[in-house]
Amino acid sequence: MALYLIVALDVLNGISLLFLLCLGLAIIFGMMKIINLAHGEFIMLGAYATVISANAGVNIWIAMLVVAPLFVGLVGLIIERCLIRFLYGRLVDSMLATWGLSLLIIGIVTTIYGNTQQGVPTPLGGFSIGSYQSSYYTLFLAGMAIAMMALVYGVMRYTRLGLIARATMQNPAMAATLGVNPTRVYMSTFAVGAAVTGLAGGLVAPVSGITPGMGGAYVAKAFMTVVGGGAAMLSGTMSAASLFGAVNQVGAYFTTPVYGEVLVFTAAIVLIRLLPQGISGRFFKGNL
Amino acid sequence: MSFSRRRFLRHSALATTTLIAAPAVFRSGAFGAENPIVVGSLHDQSGPIAASGTPMVYALQLAVDEINAGGGLLGRPLKVIHYDTQSNIQMYSQFAQQLAVKDKVDVVHGGITSASREAVRPTFDRFKVLYFYNVLYEGGVCDRNTFCTGTTPAQTVEKLVPSAMKKAGKKAYIIAADYNYGQITAKWMTKYVKDNGGEVLSTDFFPLDVTNFGTTISKIQAAKPDLILSALVGGNHTAFYRQWTSAGMKGKIPIASTTFGLVNEPTTLDAAESDSILGAYGYFEELTTPASKSFVEKIKKAHPDSPYVSELAACTYEGAMLWAEGVKKAASIDRMKVIEALESGIAFDGPSGKVSLDKPTHHTTRNAFLAEVKDRKWSVLESYSDVKPADTASVCDLVKNPTDTKQYIINL
Repeated sequence: MALYLIVALDVLNGISLLFLLCLGLAIIFGMMKIINLAHGEFIMLGAYATVISANAGVNIWIAMLVVAPLFVGLVGLIIERCLIRFLYGRLVDSMLATWGLSLLIIGIVTTIYGNTQQGVPTPLGGFSIGSYQSSYYTLFLAGMAIAMMALVYGVMRYTRLGLIARATMQNPAMAATLGVNPTRVYMSTFAVGAAVTGLAGGLVAPVSGITPGMGGAYVAKAFMTVVGGGAAMLSGTMSAASLFGAVNQVGAYFTTPVYGEVLVFTAAIVLIRLLPQGISGRFFKGNL
Repeated sequence: MSFSRRRFLRHSALATTTLIAAPAVFRSGAFGAENPIVVGSLHDQSGPIAASGTPMVYALQLAVDEINAGGGLLGRPLKVIHYDTQSNIQMYSQFAQQLAVKDKVDVVHGGITSASREAVRPTFDRFKVLYFYNVLYEGGVCDRNTFCTGTTPAQTVEKLVPSAMKKAGKKAYIIAADYNYGQITAKWMTKYVKDNGGEVLSTDFFPLDVTNFGTTISKIQAAKPDLILSALVGGNHTAFYRQWTSAGMKGKIPIASTTFGLVNEPTTLDAAESDSILGAYGYFEELTTPASKSFVEKIKKAHPDSPYVSELAACTYEGAMLWAEGVKKAASIDRMKVIEALESGIAFDGPSGKVSLDKPTHHTTRNAFLAEVKDRKWSVLESYSDVKPADTASVCDLVKNPTDTKQYIINL
């Protein structure tokens, strides 16, 4: 019994981590159709911001929940102004440019901090279920995933800001006619997407190895999840994250971690074959 | 202008002769006494393996500088031609060709992962360029043109497993990286656990980009081992030690590792996450012998921000020095003469102590050390002197088969 609970927690952990890591990408890709190949590096920047400020004496929670998203959001804003705004509607060019950007960011971070960076210990500690141990941080991550989901839903569904954002994404020309400035909406959407990604980076910092190249481990899965989720930003990402996260964790538990990875990629291929528009192209049409 | 067939033939024959003769002509010109002896270097200074490669480059440079300060070899100075292989196997193949064909180096030191070594070794065999691989690895390379100066499992895992089992208990759980190093090392771990009367409950392999170890930690708890043996590799895998601690498992089941701390794990992890992990290598930066202290001091002085000076750096330095001893003894830079000199029982007293080359295997007999992490540093618990590369010796005999070039996979 205790074992099942622990495995259920692992699955929950896998899903919430995947969701958090994808949400920023879903905002940028889902709403603006910009393929941001530097997504992994935004995560890395978030992790570095957290680790460096925490090691400099900032409270770990502030470093994770405030410093990381603010810093990466700011970086996102600068990048949007200097690079991305010239690439709207140019899908292939945007891929090439953001890929170059990712190499640049890795290079800059390596030059400044080297290949080695001291991490931060995981806060909160562990608890036991029966004779099994798990960490409170797992529950915290799940809580953060739910909070982020609620926050994004709330903003998009109930505020004027969300309404304008959705309108601009659906039809920029019409929104502009009605007095909205699409440039500004794109700019802030990209910054918000970057900030959410930075937050995810901050949240994974205490449970991962911190290196300049760490983004590489996340970017493929993040794209797979966002594409598998389809057009609906929130419900699509959530359902795809649940599917892939659960397949990965359950697969890894009952077979080996190698097959856990293989199963996720197989699941993604089957999913895209059966539902080319992603999960939300079929089941949550018109949802957020 | 019209070309007759005869004229065409004459021209092309002339051109071909010139082309074929050119290297010989240039070469004899290049072999003047005042010209430097060229040492090739292939190490990763960027990309995921950079933290391993950077101190190796420093160590090689230090060795060459010291030899030059002592008047060089055979009255000629040494010159290093270094290429950053960028943690990319394709770069290894490309630069290996370049070192052999264009730069015409006299020896190459380099290669870090086993994959990179196997990418360049055939090139150096083909172009007859002497090759030194100075990294601990899974053992079994049997090639007269290649010298492997790092430790192999019979020198480290054989010491690590019994002492860890004595401390912890008989039931082990193995976690390892999913490529040739991890797979073969896991086999060695299994062998030594069984040899010492223990039992392996399970062996799990992880692709290098796995970052979430939650299910593994649950599986380990369900299996209830006395001991965890880890051959996890790279930045992503350090996440295991973090998540293990955050689940409150630290201190409940001891961990021994063949890879932990080889690069920078103790400095990247918190003391609470890394304390009391056991490791065994051919060298630790913390060794207090005068030779070791002055070696570390020299590297840190020249490069204050150098990553941890591990076995990789020490073996690179010793590899270069062993090669220099060979050249001195051969009194020539000719490849075959140097190989024969190196096979004559050359030894060098380096930072790790006495290192001598073993003729039948082209590996080294060297000291091994067992250590435990304490407060983000290694504290050396025990040392073993003159440990032989018994694993490779069981499959490889270059005296009997001098033309062998295989890497044997050791059957357990």
